[in-house]
Amino acid sequence: MVMSWIWLALILVATICAAITGRGNELAAATVDGAQKAVTLALSMTGSLCLWSGVGELMEAVGITSMLSKLLRPLLHRIFPGSKSDPRLANALSGNICANILGLGNAATPMGILAAKRMVSKTSPDVATNELCRLVVLNTASIQLIPANVAAIRLSNGCQTPFDILPAVWVTSICAAAVGLGAAWILGKVWKDA
Amino acid sequence: MLDYLVPGLLLATCAIGLGKRQEPYGKLLSGAGRGLELVKSILPSLVLLLTAVTMLRASGAMELISGVLTPVFSFFGVPPETAMLVLVRPISGSAALAVGAELMTTYGADSLIGRTAAVMLGSTETTFYTISVYFGAAKIQKTRYTVIAALLADLTGFLMASLTVRLFFR
Repeated sequence: MVMSWIWLALILVATICAAITGRGNELAAATVDGAQKAVTLALSMTGSLCLWSGVGELMEAVGITSMLSKLLRPLLHRIFPGSKSDPRLANALSGNICANILGLGNAATPMGILAAKRMVSKTSPDVATNELCRLVVLNTASIQLIPANVAAIRLSNGCQTPFDILPAVWVTSICAAAVGLGAAWILGKVWKDA
Repeated sequence: MLDYLVPGLLLATCAIGLGKRQEPYGKLLSGAGRGLELVKSILPSLVLLLTAVTMLRASGAMELISGVLTPVFSFFGVPPETAMLVLVRPISGSAALAVGAELMTTYGADSLIGRTAAVMLGSTETTFYTISVYFGAAKIQKTRYTVIAALLADLTGFLMASLTVRLFFR
C-alpha cells in the first residue's frame, strides 16, 4: 500500500509541475525514456552483481564469515550483554552482522530475525527490549565492506574507478552506526513507557 | 593500494576455498546464478521508479524540491541536488537506487554530487523497511525509541557522506 501512495505522489507532483512550467513534451518523453533507462541500468549492473553474489557465497563456504564473527565477539558482548549467557543468540548476532559486512543481504535477515526473536522479553513480549532496539538500529545503519550495487551503478555511468569511494563509505557508515547505537543507548536509559 | 583490495579478495577466497577442498568455482557459479535472480527481482520496481524519477526531472520538480531545501542543505554542507535521495532513502531501497542512478547520469559519476549520492547509497539502509521486517517477525507492537535512533543514524550518514567526499576528493 505504501508504495502505491509513493508512486501516485511522484507521478502527481511531476504532472502538476510540468503543467505549471509548460514542459508537457518533456514529461511525455520521460515516461518512455525512464523505463528504458531502468533496463539499461539493470543490465549494466548484472555482471558485477552476479560476480559479487558468487564471491559472497564463496566467502561463506570457506569460513571467512565465521572467522570474522570470532573477531567481532568481544564487541558484540559489549553492545548486547544478553549474548554472553546465550551462545545461540551470540551465534545469530555475529552471523547477522558478518553477513551485513560482507554484503550478503539474503543471509543477514534470517539470522537477524532469529536473534530478534531470542531477545523478546518474557514478561512483556510486545514491547521492544533495549537490546532489540539496538539490534534493529544496527541493521538500519548498513556497515558494508564492498557495496557492490553502488559500484555497479557508478561503473554503468562511465566511472573508471568505481571503488574509489570505499574509504568514504566505510568512515560514513561506521559514524552513522556509532551515532545510532549511541542515541539508542542514551534513549534506552531515559525512555519512559506510557 | 585500494586497487588491489578487490582483486586480492577474489584471489584469497579462491585460494582458501581450494585449500579447504570446497570447489570454489562451483560456489562462485551458484552465487552468480543467485545474482541473476536478484537482478530479475529488482528490475520491475526499477522500471516503475526510474520512470517516475525521470518524469520528476523532466517536469522541473526535481530542481524545485532541491531549490526549496537549498538553505537547509547548504547550511549543513550537503549538496542540495541530493535532496530527493535523502527524502526517499529511508522509505524505499529501489526508489533510492533509481534516484541515485539518475543523479549520477545527470551530474556525472565522478562529480561531487555523483560521489556524494554513491556514498549515501552505500552507507545507509532502507530504515523503515528494516524496522518493519524485524519488529514484524518478532511480533513487537511498542517499538519505543527505535525510529528516532535509526533516523539519527541516517542523518549522520547523509552529513558524513557529504563531508567525507569533500575531504577525500579534493
